[in-house]
Amino acid sequence: MHVAIIGNGIAGVTAARYLRKLDSAVRITIISAETDFFFSRTALMYVYMGHQRMEDLMPYEPYFWEKNRIDLKRAYVERVLTGEKKLQLGDGTTMAYDKLILATGSTWNKFGWPGEDLERVRGMVSAQDLEYLEDHTDKIQQAVVVGGGLIGIELAEMLHSRQIPVKLLVREDSYWSNALPPEESRMVSRHIKSHHIDLRHNTELDEIIDDGSGAAGSIRTKDGETIEAQFVGLTAGVHPNINFLRDAEGLELGKGIKVNTYLQTSVPDVYAIGDCAELREPRKDRRAIEAIWYTGQMMGETVAYNVLGRKAEYDPGVWFNSAKFIDIEYQVYGEVPAHGRDGLSSLYWEHRDGEKAVRINYEASTGQIRGFNLMGIRYRHEVCEKWILDGKHVEEVLQELGMANFDPEFYEQYEHAVVALYNQQTGKNLTLKKKRGLNAALRYLGFGKKASRAFVKAE
Amino acid sequence: MPSTSTKKSVLQYVGLALFAIALLIFTFMLSLDNYQFNAEDLVANLAKDDAPEVGQMHQEALRNAAEKYGLFEETYTTTFSAQKALKQVFYQASADVDATLAETGIPEGKEKWEVELPKWQFKSQLTGWMQNAASGPVSNNPLLFFFLTIGLAALGGLLYIIPKFQTQPGIKHNHIYHSQLTKGLDLGWRSFFLAATTLGILVYGFYYMDDKWIWPAATGLVAAIIIGLVLFAQHSFGRDVRDAGPEGLSSYLGIFAGLYFMGFYVLLYWASQHVVGWVAMVSPISEGIYQAVSGNDSGGEASQWFLYGLMYTTIMIVMGVRMISKYRHNKYQVIRTISVMFFQLSFAFMIPEVLLALNKGWYGDKATLPYQDLKSIWPLDYDFFFDWSIKGFVDNPGSLGVFIICWGIFLVIVGVPLMVHLVGKRWYCSWVCGCGGLAETMGDPWRQLSDKSVRAWKFERIIVNGVLVFATLMTAATIYSFLPNNDYWFTRSTFLIVFTVLLLIGIGFTVFSYLKSKMEISRLGISLAVGVGVAIIALNLWTFTMGSETYLFGNTGAVQKWYGFLIGAGFAGVVGTGFYPLMGNRVWCRFGCPLAAYLGLVQRFQSRFRITTNGGQCISCGNCSTYCEMGIDVRAYAMKGQDIVRSSCVGCGVCAAVCPRGVLRLENGSADIGDRAVAERNIHIEDMSVEDNWTERPLAISEEGGISIF
Repeated sequence: MHVAIIGNGIAGVTAARYLRKLDSAVRITIISAETDFFFSRTALMYVYMGHQRMEDLMPYEPYFWEKNRIDLKRAYVERVLTGEKKLQLGDGTTMAYDKLILATGSTWNKFGWPGEDLERVRGMVSAQDLEYLEDHTDKIQQAVVVGGGLIGIELAEMLHSRQIPVKLLVREDSYWSNALPPEESRMVSRHIKSHHIDLRHNTELDEIIDDGSGAAGSIRTKDGETIEAQFVGLTAGVHPNINFLRDAEGLELGKGIKVNTYLQTSVPDVYAIGDCAELREPRKDRRAIEAIWYTGQMMGETVAYNVLGRKAEYDPGVWFNSAKFIDIEYQVYGEVPAHGRDGLSSLYWEHRDGEKAVRINYEASTGQIRGFNLMGIRYRHEVCEKWILDGKHVEEVLQELGMANFDPEFYEQYEHAVVALYNQQTGKNLTLKKKRGLNAALRYLGFGKKASRAFVKAE
Repeated sequence: MPSTSTKKSVLQYVGLALFAIALLIFTFMLSLDNYQFNAEDLVANLAKDDAPEVGQMHQEALRNAAEKYGLFEETYTTTFSAQKALKQVFYQASADVDATLAETGIPEGKEKWEVELPKWQFKSQLTGWMQNAASGPVSNNPLLFFFLTIGLAALGGLLYIIPKFQTQPGIKHNHIYHSQLTKGLDLGWRSFFLAATTLGILVYGFYYMDDKWIWPAATGLVAAIIIGLVLFAQHSFGRDVRDAGPEGLSSYLGIFAGLYFMGFYVLLYWASQHVVGWVAMVSPISEGIYQAVSGNDSGGEASQWFLYGLMYTTIMIVMGVRMISKYRHNKYQVIRTISVMFFQLSFAFMIPEVLLALNKGWYGDKATLPYQDLKSIWPLDYDFFFDWSIKGFVDNPGSLGVFIICWGIFLVIVGVPLMVHLVGKRWYCSWVCGCGGLAETMGDPWRQLSDKSVRAWKFERIIVNGVLVFATLMTAATIYSFLPNNDYWFTRSTFLIVFTVLLLIGIGFTVFSYLKSKMEISRLGISLAVGVGVAIIALNLWTFTMGSETYLFGNTGAVQKWYGFLIGAGFAGVVGTGFYPLMGNRVWCRFGCPLAAYLGLVQRFQSRFRITTNGGQCISCGNCSTYCEMGIDVRAYAMKGQDIVRSSCVGCGVCAAVCPRGVLRLENGSADIGDRAVAERNIHIEDMSVEDNWTERPLAISEEGGISIF
């Protein structure tokens, strides 16, 4: 059997690894037009900032692929001929497949702004985007980044590292406020400003103005302000990269490629995973398209089973994500809605330096723990996940909270302050019983007795 | 304008300029003094107390030869011309002595070697002659030059570093790979510099060992065997590795720095006659310390080792401040850096100087206190068990010497394994050790240049453990050779028995851990380890039953000399530090340090220490691997959710510090260490077939080194 995988990002590569792990006979080909080898997309910024070289982003040494008999093909797939089970490649050749996995990722949004197709107007998603920015950096005196999401702040930080003055335009009145609760969102806004990035709240792009050479020279905001910018970063979200599939026979597309819980598309033997897949029936509280690293990885693992005929439902488990906003690390586990939810209580503790915070969400009625939001403090994924899955009572969790702390040794532990805040707010008299430490956490996780996988299963 | 360097203030540019000026003065001051010899100093050390007439004959010959060639009339402007003239004079004198002896015959009751004027005398006297002959600006104003070089460089460094405290705390890695100082070399150029340096050392070794080619030749053969093992037995040949060096020699500042360090070490170790200016410049400080502590009015002149210790300590303190400024958001890094600075300043530098000064006299008089760095542990401190070292300790009238012997043995047998068991080898390598301390402070700008490939790892395992075996055998031969055959409770036989028992315990532990652990342990590695252990035991038995006079090596002095030259100076110094800007700051610790190998074995098989990974949070960005100075591909574990148990990890904690997603943590705890360090944990699907693969010991490991394969 020949499995072709389009896309060598985390989803496609994880699929290939698990296919090989589960079956030593299957023939695997990964096709990519972007790069020869898999690299960590989320780390592109570090190459521009001089922290790493492009090759350092490659998790596997080049011989890995040959050793594990995963064929790599550098080509652009122009069309998928679902009827004939063939791919039409950019070099005019075709490639036959028995099963196909679409893992084509996403690309940055344009919203029809005038001037959005000018030179030096670009997003930051692919290796080519990075190359483009590097090639044009010497012409940039000032830059504007449009969009207050995860990529926007990274692009602003990148440009800032090259000592280019950056303005970051955010439509809302604080950074990433459609994902972060207000306190955390304001914290990040403060942090951005303290790093000398000119953050403009409530500011929207109206048009990008040609400098006379077909490239960006300035922008105008909806308030009519003109800002000089030889580079305009478009980071207002991403969308599935599926244009080349528009004429694929029988393939149902929405915003992304429609898939069922087995990650099958509407065409037999064709699967879709990662950023480009749109779930027909997402689980409760989850979105149909989740363009993040971790879900791409989980889908890659899951699809390998299904391709090999071993039915496995896609179960993304307890929601988690992480990011770094310049120097503030962020981790989220479970349910932390930006605007709250009826019946959901939230205990929010913030350090006096304004750069660390712990938010604990729980059901107001039953006290069951629902989610954690961490700013500038690291918590153990497995412990938080198990607390959420077990539906532990918030007071039990608080008394054992130290167990979750994952900060480096000698770091101050703030769990007692979180407990004290809870006591103050509720009039209770809880005490912190567990401090940071590995053995207690492992005992709670019950390792040794069962498989020690990194993801906890509900009991 | 866009820029690929970090923003610097005026003060910082001033600091850089001062540093550059200091470096220029430091380099060129060696050419400032003149050298003029006089008869008195020239022959002073040739007197022989036990055979005055032989000494007089030597002195006479040397004086005549000097006069013949006009040595005393000439003023030499460089150490090179002075050395050339001295050599001519000495060789003439040596030949004259031979001629006299041929004429008069060897005196009654003497051997030839007791009465001739041997050529090695020339090497050992050279630096002293040069020191006495120097005159000029440096000799006249030593302190001025001290302030213009070491002082000015430290000041410039601090001016550059202190303003960094005003920037916001956080990761400071911008433009490391844009800088000509820190971007490193590609594999080809790295190999070129390494091969050239190794060859240079081996060729010089031929001269160093007085033309005995067997030592460099044997070393070359061992190197060829290691290369063969890695490339062919372990299948590294022809494998495409991830090499990401910059174009050509664009890292020219780094190359210059590396060559400068190497040149410094070559002069320090093997040609100290050329750096008498540097030594003269720090001598007032050495004398000041000595005279203040001892109460004497004179004495305490510096040797090149005092110069080295003073520079080492100064550099570690200045660059330690830099390390603290860089990682001041991370308490682990701050405390750890203060710790290495403290141990260098006190244990490595001040305490030995004070011990020495508390002696009754300067060189020559019998010491009452030994000069010993109490935190230096065999086998890094490879001459701890040398006969002169042990004699020095034992011959002390006080009990401090005996205490130091006991302390040294206690550390090796109990202290090291116990501490490593509790917290990992980091307690030594990145908290206490001087070599580690220099790597963590001065070497920090280059930590990213360590090679992360599996191939480099294969070389590392064989070489570093090979050095441990070499150090062990050399020490065993040493101890065996100076122990009495009987008439004392600790005899050669007792030693062989103790040595064998220790080896058996080690082998037992290793095999037990191997059978018990689910961790990936290379079958080739375990076979090699047990094989070498058994071979040494066989050697012990053979030596025991034959009652041999020597242990393995026929000439203990020669093996000590070669070890000191090749490992102690060449590997640890010239390559170890010289290659900071070329192959990363832990070249010695990773590939060469026998103590690190020993600590590593304990850490791998019998420790609670590990780096835990945080669930499924890894995004494979590679910061951890890039900034691992020991060349561990941390990401390969992190992305599989695997806890990391690696013998080489020095626990510097930088991987955890640079991780943007909070995935890594250094932890001590024995629970489930075998389970969590198994292959892939980042798994969502309940499936028994994958589960089965976990419990099975992966056979591919001996070939693959436990990495990157499923």
